[in-house]
Amino acid sequence: MITQLLATEAAHAVSPPAIFDWVWLIPAIMAASFVCILFLAKRLRIDAHWFGIAAVGACFLFSLAVAGSWIGYVSDASHGEEALAPGEQAAASDLFVAAAAADEDHAEEDHAEEGAHAPSVSCLEADEEVDHEASAAPGALAFAEAGESRASPCPVVNQVSWFDNGGPTEEGGADINIGTLVDGQSVMLLVVVTFISLLVHIYSTDYVHGDRRYTHYFAFLSLFTASMLFYVLSSSTLQMIVGWELVGVCSFALIGHWWEDRPNSDAALKAFLTNRVGDIGLLVGMTILYFAAGKTFDIGAINEAATTGVISKNTALIASLCLMAAVMSKSGQFVLHTWLPDAMAGPTPVSALIHAATMVVAGVYLIGRMYAVFYVGFGIDGGTFNAMAVIGGLTCVGGGALAFVQRDLKKVLAYSTVSQLGYMVLALGVGAYTAGMFHLFTHAIFKACLFLGAGSVSHACHHSFDMKADMGGLRKYMPKTFWTFIIATGALAGIPPLAGFWSKDEILAGAGVWPGTGGNGDYYVPFIFGMITAAMTAAYMTRAVWLTFFGEYRGHAHPHESGHRLTVPLIVLAAGSVVAGFLNVPSTLPVLGSRIGLWFEHQVEPAGIASFPTISHAKASFSLAIVATGVGLLAGFAVWSYYKRLYRIDRHAAEYTDHWIARMPVLRAGHTLLVNKYYLDHLYTGVIAGSVKGWVARAAYWFNQNVLDGVVNGVGIGTAAVGRFVYKYVDQAGIDGAVNASGAGASESGQLLRKVQSGKVRQYAVLMFGAAAVLVGIFIVAV
Amino acid sequence: MWLNQFLFFAAILFCIGVYGVLTRKNGVLVLMSIELILNAVNINLVAFGAYNQDIAGQVFALFIIAVAAAEVGVGLAIVLLIYRNRRSINVAEADLLKG
Repeated sequence: MITQLLATEAAHAVSPPAIFDWVWLIPAIMAASFVCILFLAKRLRIDAHWFGIAAVGACFLFSLAVAGSWIGYVSDASHGEEALAPGEQAAASDLFVAAAAADEDHAEEDHAEEGAHAPSVSCLEADEEVDHEASAAPGALAFAEAGESRASPCPVVNQVSWFDNGGPTEEGGADINIGTLVDGQSVMLLVVVTFISLLVHIYSTDYVHGDRRYTHYFAFLSLFTASMLFYVLSSSTLQMIVGWELVGVCSFALIGHWWEDRPNSDAALKAFLTNRVGDIGLLVGMTILYFAAGKTFDIGAINEAATTGVISKNTALIASLCLMAAVMSKSGQFVLHTWLPDAMAGPTPVSALIHAATMVVAGVYLIGRMYAVFYVGFGIDGGTFNAMAVIGGLTCVGGGALAFVQRDLKKVLAYSTVSQLGYMVLALGVGAYTAGMFHLFTHAIFKACLFLGAGSVSHACHHSFDMKADMGGLRKYMPKTFWTFIIATGALAGIPPLAGFWSKDEILAGAGVWPGTGGNGDYYVPFIFGMITAAMTAAYMTRAVWLTFFGEYRGHAHPHESGHRLTVPLIVLAAGSVVAGFLNVPSTLPVLGSRIGLWFEHQVEPAGIASFPTISHAKASFSLAIVATGVGLLAGFAVWSYYKRLYRIDRHAAEYTDHWIARMPVLRAGHTLLVNKYYLDHLYTGVIAGSVKGWVARAAYWFNQNVLDGVVNGVGIGTAAVGRFVYKYVDQAGIDGAVNASGAGASESGQLLRKVQSGKVRQYAVLMFGAAAVLVGIFIVAV
Repeated sequence: MWLNQFLFFAAILFCIGVYGVLTRKNGVLVLMSIELILNAVNINLVAFGAYNQDIAGQVFALFIIAVAAAEVGVGLAIVLLIYRNRRSINVAEADLLKG
């Protein structure tokens, strides 16, 4: 009965737009650009950047088209008549397209109320019986602004079989498919990656102009973008691992772009090796999930297994912890973040790309992709404390504190990235999925703007990033860079109405501690961390802005505004930093709330499908927003007035913290700790690597001395003894004897015969005739 | 028995030639002695050719005469050079072949 009903309804189901079948072209175009640059650019004498810009521009337009289609698809699914059937075109082709949409029947007004969730709809093609049972609860699909009763379409998966193992069996393995997965999260990142990458490409044409490896640079920029897009569009965990590693390799190549200088190649190696630590976690985690979910690499299937309880909570916890290690290394979370500031050794546009759109967001993206696993594993629902939230909290505070003691403008931004990534992980850790993803989105824009701005500044200051020695007062010389930098700083510090304000506020609300916000649990500790970070961010950015743009110019160059190819991307990104936040304003906001409230959430966050956990959404709180902004402004103002006072004392001074610190032992200790980056590098290279190196070296030395050398020495002694024996008896007595004897014989006979050779012809004739006579005598006698 | 006469004559001539080669110090006389030896051989060849009714003996004799002429030419040139170098044609003094 139900089956028939659903079968008829399938006709009304919204089929995904055809463009989703072609998203694989996006990474393919970038990869093709990489190949073209490598093999054609120099041969055809075309500047490498034209390939890169053309490819990434095409990808950006394509991504926008995909995003548009996705938005239409979401709205069709939401406004569809009734419960829509899953997987109706399942057998359409060998590339299967699973499309389904259904309702999520939690029309409850109170978001914090839990346990009232209706069963979600499975998006899996197989096991239709299960699907029908699950989706047998039709409900209202009205797009209620407060009620959250909405349904997202299933992720659109297009796969081709790579290895056909005959399906998962007891002894056999699962089929290995590669393909694309289009859903809100991947579409969002597609747009972000191609957008930032496009601007970085344009920016780079000026910034690395005349570089000794210009072609190589653009080739890797293309490959980097291609890898990230490949990773973003992954439909299986295996594919994710491949993309993950590709991104790592490309970052290695780009961080070490100027490898002739030792620190740069060291930084590249450090980034790569630190990431290898996390990669082990990724491999182990994915392997656990493969078996726990019943031998499948399919991301949707694994997530669904987590939400439906096929993966037990403890297994999910272990897998989550393993994956968390991967996130920690890739996304620069605390204790494994050390590579990230060193990665500043690369060219600045690369830093912008790494820190805004590619590399580091891969970790956050991984959490979002496998969110059901993390959600179940860490028990995010109704918790107060979990590993992800705590790591995120520690990272955002720890990274932010380090930003205070940096002289290098890019390093301030790098630690700021660490801190903001901590924020995203914190958000995901407390269950504020959309807040985390939204922060990723806004952060990508304003952090790219800040990095490119820093590049523009250093372009004007003899390629120095030292704020204390070579900067100061630059606002007069480079107004465009200054204003875009200020806007992006405001966005980062969370000044309303710039982008960062909205996303940061959502994260703080998502912790669910502030009265009236709701949320998934009571995350006090992460909330406090988040609040401290809000203050710290404003403070260290104010410091960086002051040192760079205010006061008197302390350098020796002649600063000037950068060219158009540098400033236009900055202006575009600054404009983005202003408007991006409005994509996800709270629905309770006057005027805008009812029109575009939570638009981003509706596009990106899946609802009502089984591959995504049913999460509760925190409500925005005006008091919280005011307090958080106030804290930030206060901290920024404190730093500002400190530097203002300093400026009045000495117009050229960069800082006089040193006197202060020298007077207070506690501050001094803290400062030393920060300057030494919590001694983590010492721990890694000195203690861990050193201790392991020590005993491994000693063991190897012992083995070398006693075993290898013993064998070698034994063989040597034996050979020497045999040699001596042979020398004495065979060589000296036998061979030399024979040689000497023959020589002596020849010499003696020569001595005898030389007397015969007198040189007298007549004597020879006598001998000849005598001999002839003798012969004749012999013949006569004989015959 | 007319063959014996020739053979005896040739043997005598040969011995005279050998004696001359071995005892004379004068280079020219040595050469002349060699001519005697060669002519002794010629007599032998012609005698055996006539005795056996075979023309080959005479042909060989003609060859030897020709070669002897050449040999004398070369020999006299050597003697002349030895004389130029040493102001003497005493072959006992020419012992440069000594090892």
